[in-house]
Amino acid sequence: MIPELGHFALIVALAVALVQGIPTLIGVVRGDMRLMALARPAAQAQFLCVATGFGCLVQCFVSNDFSVRYVAEHSNTLLPMLYKVTAVWGGHEGSMLLWVMLLTVWTMAVALFSRRLPRETVTAVLAVMGLISVGFLAFVLFASNPFERLLPAAAEGRDLNPMLQDPGMAFHPPMLYMGYVGFSVAFAFAIAALISGRLDAAWARWSRPWTTVAWMFLTLGIALGSWWAYYELGWGGWWFWDPVENASFMPWLLGTALIHSLAVTEKRGCFKNWTVMLAILAFALSLLGTFLVRSGVLTSVHAFATDPKRGIFVLGFLVVVVGSSLTLFAWRAPKVGRGGLFELFSRESLLLLNNVLLMAATGAVFIGTLYPLCLDALDLGKISVGAPYFESVFVPLMVPLVLLIGVGPLARWKAARWKDMARPLWLTAGLVLPLALAMPLLSGRWSLFVACGLALGLWTIAASFAQIVVRVAGGTAGPWARLASIPRAQWGMMLAHAGVGVFIIGVTMVKNYETAVEVRMTTGDTASVGGYTFTFQGIEELNGPNYIAARARVEVSRDGSSVGVMHPEKRIYTVQRMPMTEAAIDSGVFRDLYVALGEPLDIRTWILRIQHKPLVGWIWWGCVLMALGGLLAATDRRYRLAGRTADAAAPMPGAI
Amino acid sequence: MRRFLWPLGLFIILVGFLAAGLGLKPREVPSPFIGKPAPAFRLSQLHAPERITGPESMRGEVWLLNVWASWCGSCREEHPVLLELAQRKLVPVIGLDYKDERQAGQSWLARNGDPYLLSVFDQDGRVGIDYGVYGVPETFVIDKAGIVRHKHIGPLTDAVLNEKIIPLVKELNGA
Repeated sequence: MIPELGHFALIVALAVALVQGIPTLIGVVRGDMRLMALARPAAQAQFLCVATGFGCLVQCFVSNDFSVRYVAEHSNTLLPMLYKVTAVWGGHEGSMLLWVMLLTVWTMAVALFSRRLPRETVTAVLAVMGLISVGFLAFVLFASNPFERLLPAAAEGRDLNPMLQDPGMAFHPPMLYMGYVGFSVAFAFAIAALISGRLDAAWARWSRPWTTVAWMFLTLGIALGSWWAYYELGWGGWWFWDPVENASFMPWLLGTALIHSLAVTEKRGCFKNWTVMLAILAFALSLLGTFLVRSGVLTSVHAFATDPKRGIFVLGFLVVVVGSSLTLFAWRAPKVGRGGLFELFSRESLLLLNNVLLMAATGAVFIGTLYPLCLDALDLGKISVGAPYFESVFVPLMVPLVLLIGVGPLARWKAARWKDMARPLWLTAGLVLPLALAMPLLSGRWSLFVACGLALGLWTIAASFAQIVVRVAGGTAGPWARLASIPRAQWGMMLAHAGVGVFIIGVTMVKNYETAVEVRMTTGDTASVGGYTFTFQGIEELNGPNYIAARARVEVSRDGSSVGVMHPEKRIYTVQRMPMTEAAIDSGVFRDLYVALGEPLDIRTWILRIQHKPLVGWIWWGCVLMALGGLLAATDRRYRLAGRTADAAAPMPGAI
Repeated sequence: MRRFLWPLGLFIILVGFLAAGLGLKPREVPSPFIGKPAPAFRLSQLHAPERITGPESMRGEVWLLNVWASWCGSCREEHPVLLELAQRKLVPVIGLDYKDERQAGQSWLARNGDPYLLSVFDQDGRVGIDYGVYGVPETFVIDKAGIVRHKHIGPLTDAVLNEKIIPLVKELNGA
């Protein structure tokens, strides 16, 4: 009964989405208020329907309803409750439903929080989002229905893939999807602006907070995924340039470019076409990511069951959405006027450079990801593109971008003068360079690469700090008053930029100073890694709820004093008979110790992989800072104020 | 207007590649072993640990080497296909029980039926590495002279068997 209820709720949702998408858009074009009035209630009704459907699927998992094929394939009576709930998105059908669910959450949020925007704009945005929802609901209902019955019912479920039985599963996919789907709001705003022909500063100001929030979720989602891979896959890597990772990284790069170009469009009214283009492309890349993951055209560790029918559907949808919006762009863009003029050296030109670099980086990742597919399609052989390509192309593009982080925020709009910016920049460089040159000496092994990496990381952090100092130092008011007058958006920018620096320092240190050994150990053996002594104290058997495990006891000490005991495990999940390595990680601010059990040689002798990873945690803390910066920027006071005056739709004067 | 059509044009080219990609199978990496002698091994039989078997014992016959394991979910999927093949007695199939426990492998066959002429037991997966196995199940077609003629990655299906493997076996037997 419950599966049918869920199925029915989704069918109703599809009908409601059609109402949300089609008559409302006609209303916008004709200026018919009655038709436009449909948009908000439809958005709310759609949210209720999809939430009901989603709730029904959760209930099927919780109640072990193995007469539902999807539940039988991804759950088991012995599965712990948390994972029964997360198993909802542990497979293809459910993760598509999660996609739709989050799309309706975003739609609902737009309906609720943009009451002060002009009715045409909100309606057009909701209509575009409704049409996207139509596509995905149709996909769920016709090509990947999670409520399909399995008759006769299975006696027992096949269990969730052990790799996914981890708390990370509760956060990584929803966060990532929030980010992916969130770009649909920026996309919808762009399309709404193209339809109405009102590509102005007001449009940029409205879509800015939405874009920033989506970007924040995407940042967190990617970071969580990376962290999860780090501790779950058992060998301590944190980024693999896997096609699916790239599929999430490309929208992130473009989204970053979009955030910056939106700033220019809002403040100075230029880059309008470019910004619209980026908004379309960022969402197009989100859809492309869905296509790449769902269709199986690329090989990846994220091995989802693939079905060519689904691939054709998603590709068809991609063609309709992106094709029609690019056509609309080609039709409307030529009529958009140019914005304010700016000089060769100004904040605009520096942000343009930022956009060009980010676009090039996206292109590089894009080519590396799709190159194997293109070669294969042209019958030129099968190859795979790995980390060496990505690193050698990506890093050189990032270096100038990171240098710009320090310069850009100090530059004035329209025309910047080097004279005004020189002093803080030289001071920052003078502080950072000796530090970066000296710091590698502390680790005993100096290398130019490390010094450069540290210099870039420290530069970003110090320059962000310097921007605050410059603001506080100048002017007549007291320093505290000036500090308090700094808008939240600026703090957000500073924090996010400093996060990039923290991230760079983490990556540099891990890449160059991590040490790893693979040792054969019998009870009582010791190994020394990174100044720590690891003593293997034997193995015990352990029974988990749905697995059996061998758990090692490894005592860690440094200079004779104990640091702690680590318990790496090797698990066999009994239903799928799949062995899993549960690494033991001792995390600290300055280093992680990482111990993973390898293969047993006999009962008492095991291969252990022990790693010392300096500053690895900074990689994710850097991402958290970036996300936090995004949150601060998105909740800036002027967006809340701006809403109140938005009905006037007048371009904002160039504040800040 | 023309320069604003560029993105659309590029997108159409991309869609062409993606559509072509749908018809491709990136997991089918051509095996470097095709046309080369099957790598030698000396492994104990799954059901008779004292008996050592190698590929040379099949010299003079066309045979299949099927890599499986009790922990492998897709093996269960292809198992009925193998059982039916065994009933038709078209070609002998040797199983390579890959990275498994002897007890688990034996009871898995006892439970699901044993389509194999015999299975050899590759506990640490060394032989699997020699054969370039990277996903289980995999199936190799080996001819009378001990040359690998074909490799199928992933579960066998009726279609694969009837359209590719059985015609190939017949052709090799005829030659």
